[in-house]
Amino acid sequence: MAYTEDDLEKELATKEYKYGFYTDIESETFPNGLNEDVVRAISLKKGEPEWMTDWRIEAFRHWQTMEEPEWANVHYAKPDFQNISYYSAPSKKPKYDSLDEVDPELLDTFKRLGISLDEQKKLAGVAVDVVMDSVSVTTTFKKTLAEKGIIFCSISEAIKEHPELVKKYIGSVVPQKDNFYAALNSAVFSDGSFCYIPKGVRCPMELSTYFRINQAGTGQFERTLVVADAGSYVSYLEGCTAPSRDENQLHAAVVELIALDDAEIKYSTVQNWYPGNDQGKGGVYNFVTKRGLCEKNAKISWTQVETGSAVTWKYPSCILKGDNSIGEFYSIAVTNNFQQADTGTKMIHIGKNTKSTIISKGISAGQSQNSYRGLVQINSRAENARNFSQCDSLLMGNKCGAHTFPYIEAKNKTARVEHEATTSKIGEDQIFYCNQRGIDTEKAIALIVNGFSKEVLNKLPMEFAVEAQKLLEISLEGSVG
Amino acid sequence: MLEIKNLNAGIEDKDILKGIDLKVNAGEVHAIMGPNGSGKSTLSSVVAGKEEYEVTGGDILFENESILELDAEERAHKGVFLSFQYPVEIPGVSVTNFIKTAINETRKAKGLEDMPASDMLKMIREKSELLEIDRKFLSRSLNEGFSGGEKKRNEIFQMAMLEPKLAILDETDSGLDIDALRIVSNGVNKLRSKDNAVIVITHYQRLLEYIVPDFVHVLVDGKIVKSGGKELALELEEKGYDWVKAELTA
Ligand SMILES: Nc1ncnc2c1ncn2[C@@H]1O[C@H](COP(=O)(O)OP(=O)(O)O)[C@@H](O)[C@H]1O
Ligand SMILES: [Mg+2]
Repeated sequence: MAYTEDDLEKELATKEYKYGFYTDIESETFPNGLNEDVVRAISLKKGEPEWMTDWRIEAFRHWQTMEEPEWANVHYAKPDFQNISYYSAPSKKPKYDSLDEVDPELLDTFKRLGISLDEQKKLAGVAVDVVMDSVSVTTTFKKTLAEKGIIFCSISEAIKEHPELVKKYIGSVVPQKDNFYAALNSAVFSDGSFCYIPKGVRCPMELSTYFRINQAGTGQFERTLVVADAGSYVSYLEGCTAPSRDENQLHAAVVELIALDDAEIKYSTVQNWYPGNDQGKGGVYNFVTKRGLCEKNAKISWTQVETGSAVTWKYPSCILKGDNSIGEFYSIAVTNNFQQADTGTKMIHIGKNTKSTIISKGISAGQSQNSYRGLVQINSRAENARNFSQCDSLLMGNKCGAHTFPYIEAKNKTARVEHEATTSKIGEDQIFYCNQRGIDTEKAIALIVNGFSKEVLNKLPMEFAVEAQKLLEISLEGSVG
Repeated sequence: MLEIKNLNAGIEDKDILKGIDLKVNAGEVHAIMGPNGSGKSTLSSVVAGKEEYEVTGGDILFENESILELDAEERAHKGVFLSFQYPVEIPGVSVTNFIKTAINETRKAKGLEDMPASDMLKMIREKSELLEIDRKFLSRSLNEGFSGGEKKRNEIFQMAMLEPKLAILDETDSGLDIDALRIVSNGVNKLRSKDNAVIVITHYQRLLEYIVPDFVHVLVDGKIVKSGGKELALELEEKGYDWVKAELTA
């Protein structure tokens, strides 16, 4: 049966996807299709130097020889890459000094998202670099950051203003040819964020970016690069929500983190792309490559709360290259209705005394499929490497699935790798117990799910944790009848 | 307060409760005793509104209104409390967080604002002192890894916090040592007033030395077969349930 505007309207009316709306900001959009000329045009449009154009072209040529991966435990109609527009920018793109100058429609959008800049400005210690349909619209708190020598800007700006840094680090952790989606992203990435923390500097505030998909049929290809120089520290937040759409939207981001000697990066994500309706129609495809590199004594923590997308394919990873470096992965992945998630991490131990911790919490409801896929690789020279992995699955109802695929490759005898896994179901007895204490079923589920996810929620910065809890509740609404 | 009229209930094809009549007035304490499997826990679950059981006949009135159509949480909001024989674990949810949620959800149902945090803390302190509960205990995950005694004490703590009109205590004494028994009984007795009622389900006379009942009922095979005063409990202890059964068949 065809899905009509009426259906969309009904869906919006029932608020199944609370953040489902669409902002009509006049856009300049490329026609659908992808070839070398399109790649060049993107680069030109963004006023990039030649090295960047060449880098994109190299990625594109390689991408053409690659096949879309099939190994993940997800099933979906493959996107038609020639039927996607690869560039879309709000037509007005000035930089604002104050909120008063910002397009009121945009502000309204953020208000509806519950993340109004108004509010955020007041939230002490949060600088927001808002990415709306590929082009950075506004950047706040830049001055405070600049005083410490911290660079936090859009990647397009960084390519122009700080080419030496970008050139040195882009593709150093996720090479152009790394995988199908990373190659595509390298060729056509539209925008994203860049962050550089100088030696020994502790970033005084949480840096955050909100991404949105806002144009029909516009694939979104964000590129994020975070470099923490020796002895520095930064906590970076990324969150997103997208409008309802009856069309599968492709999202293929690349995030690269570089933690030099003694540096620490905390990267937290709350992901809430449109998951499709309760029939499994529509929804965002989210194929993301996130990877961090740790030099000596460095530490990278990935924390993610994944509630959205129709199909998710995402494995934030750490390459523990330097001795004594530490990698952490804390994840909550919620799937409901017909959502499919295949997510997990890779911890590659190269240096001596490297440590990694993996805590993964999968929550499945409806007819969804939730897979954890993790690789712990201990290389031969990684003396005394240690890993602890814990994968817990929580099931709601009988029609959903939880799957765990842990891979362990230990090539050094001194390695200590521990893996624990549990699967539990929200029981009627638990619900009745809560009901008896005056807590209704919806709230009881939220309580149980929050308890289940607590170890991970605790890792999020405060404001984010609250937002994440709300998201968990919203995404599981109506999942028990 | 509570009036159970010819209550029949069961699960699937199995009849468990076979015509129960019971009237509990405000200010009274009733004890229900009976052998294992006689239907004591089923009766408490049905009164509390567990949907798993099907009510096939009769009625349950609470404050003169039938509550059969009400959901479990609505009954709780009216002031029905059940101390579970087997309290369930909720990993990651602390005792404090749980009781806070329970209290605020109940207030919400009554159109009240959340209880101010300072009042909540004060109340938690008072009630946990009453039940000699340690601070650390309050931050542990609900019932996870609790000993039998800790679970029961926690049930009574929740009861003290929620201040219900009707409390049904399902074998709250099992798993308690003598000190804990005294503490828990003391907690229950503190709640007793002319406006509240308590139903104590137990196997043993022991608990009834601390929580002295006004009435004792004997439940056998889904029916109340004998009722009397507190001396009935002693008699049962002495002669065993076979005595009642023998009397029945005689
Ligand atoms: N959920 C259930 N499913 C099947 N049988 C049940 C269930 N609950 C209770 N019963 C049966 O009903 C009878 C009474 O059980 P219960 O109320 O637990 O007794 P008591 O609490 O007096 O020991 C027992 O025979 C028990 O096996
Ligand atoms: Mg029982």
